[in-house]
Amino acid sequence: MHVPDGFFDAPTSVATGLIAAGAVGFSLQRANREIRETGPALAGLTAAFVFAVQMVNFPVGAGTSGHLLGGALAAALVGPWTAVLVMSTVLLVQGLLFADGGLTALGTNITLMGLITVLVGYFVTRALLQVLPKRVGSVVPSATVGALVSVPVAALAFTGLYAIGGAVDIPLGKLATAMVGWHILVGVGEAVITAAVLSAVVATRPDLVYAARHLQKDLVLVDADGKSSTVSPDRPIAAKPVGRSLSVGLAATLLVAGVISLFASAHPDGLEFVGAKLGFETAAKSSAVAGSPLADYGVSGIGNTQVSGALAGIIGVLVTIAVGLAIAKLASLRARADKAT
Amino acid sequence: MSGSAGDGLLVPVDSRVHRLPAQVKIVALFLFVLAVVSTPAGAFWAFALYAVLLGGCVFLAKLPVTTVLKRLAVETPFVVFALLLPFVATGPRIDFLGVSLSESGVLGSWNVLAKGTLGVIAAILLSASTGPRDLLAGLERLRLPSTLVAILSFMVRYLNVVSDDLHRMRIARESRGYMGGRAGHLKAVAGGVGALFVRSFERGERVHLAMQSRGYTGRMPLLSQSGANSGQWLEGLTISLLAVTIAVAARVVGW
Repeated sequence: MHVPDGFFDAPTSVATGLIAAGAVGFSLQRANREIRETGPALAGLTAAFVFAVQMVNFPVGAGTSGHLLGGALAAALVGPWTAVLVMSTVLLVQGLLFADGGLTALGTNITLMGLITVLVGYFVTRALLQVLPKRVGSVVPSATVGALVSVPVAALAFTGLYAIGGAVDIPLGKLATAMVGWHILVGVGEAVITAAVLSAVVATRPDLVYAARHLQKDLVLVDADGKSSTVSPDRPIAAKPVGRSLSVGLAATLLVAGVISLFASAHPDGLEFVGAKLGFETAAKSSAVAGSPLADYGVSGIGNTQVSGALAGIIGVLVTIAVGLAIAKLASLRARADKAT
Repeated sequence: MSGSAGDGLLVPVDSRVHRLPAQVKIVALFLFVLAVVSTPAGAFWAFALYAVLLGGCVFLAKLPVTTVLKRLAVETPFVVFALLLPFVATGPRIDFLGVSLSESGVLGSWNVLAKGTLGVIAAILLSASTGPRDLLAGLERLRLPSTLVAILSFMVRYLNVVSDDLHRMRIARESRGYMGGRAGHLKAVAGGVGALFVRSFERGERVHLAMQSRGYTGRMPLLSQSGANSGQWLEGLTISLLAVTIAVAARVVGW
């Protein structure tokens, strides 16, 4: 379910692109230590695994089959930040090498399928692990629910994006119901497959399951004198305090997204959307011009809307390039600092 | 799927488009699609011009039309969505063959179909004229964080290995009677996928150890040495400049 180009308007595509860039930058920071320990090869192979698995058709019952999106599964297996990188990598390769999904929709696709499914899946999994018995096996039901929840939430996020920057006004209630309803079914398939795959991994190499690493039994060592001592296995790497450069980058992303949404005010923003919900809709119906999507470009009352719209596009492009360069610069500075130490 | 997974959609012929550096193509096509996306849906003439531009590039790249058309199938789910739009969208209705359609829905349907199709063709043009390795070098040139480029290049490099692994496991599973058609086969299929993860993970560990024993310090050598010169940038960006001009004109003229 890759969103193609043109599904959302240009400001929304640019804004989700910034969110995706920010998220990937953030994940690179958070996963930095793991990746330095395990190497980029492991993340790359996990990405190749997710890519390959998305081509496998699983029998789901009643003669139907489904395939895995893999966000929640990857989060449970390799941890949320590496999983965001893995899913983004998969989507980048699909978009650039296999022409799945559009170039300008890459940001949207990464935000929906690489970020939201992974984070929702992982946090639901972790929350459930808190209440379930402290065993490695508990990760299977937890991640199952995580996978089940992650897909409809992503569908809801899609609906939210559509409310902000959708190309056509369709009743959002209807769209949300249809999207979430359909994706609950998809989520059930995702949950079944995630459970089956995860239990297979837990059965053979439980130590590889990131989400359950803290649940492993302590190792009991017995030395030559018969004295036994316990050693706790590897715990998940402790959360580092969020770096300054990271918060600067994130603040820049948010600021820029805010600025862009200001420029994009000709499109129904949150306020206008509420207005539309509360009766603007009937007013729009009364005029043939107001019903067309073009009307969206001219409703905000700015004198010269063409100029402001074009400006928004140009500024959006410039800002994307600037932010992309800034993030790359930060990453390379950090890499250099790491190398120096 | 056709060909080996690691080559993407690359059509190995020699053309002007193939010879352009990847970073130029990425930026040019991205700007092109951005211009397409920001064009008002009612400006039909603009979309015709975009199609001509893109068709010209496909011709210059010597891509077989059938490859492009076949690959357009990825758009199908959203075509279905687009075709539903006239029925569910709000706004004034028009009667067409006795069916009541939303006027903005019809336009929106056209909007999604036209922009989506142009976008997919642009993406096909990029992936069919650029090899995976060149694409990665281009991304590196565009200052993508080096860790991400490293992850991407390992993924691309091992895509064939992992896919072949999966293929062998499928043959082994099917020769034992688990064709994967019934719900009862779920366990066998999922077991194979679980094993595939363990294999991929362990392979990743081995590759990393092998790299370390050969002096890997956390930084990969650069994939490409030389950048694109201004002539190449100008050549590649022609399509984007034309598209941006059309988009601005469409904005100013309106319909």
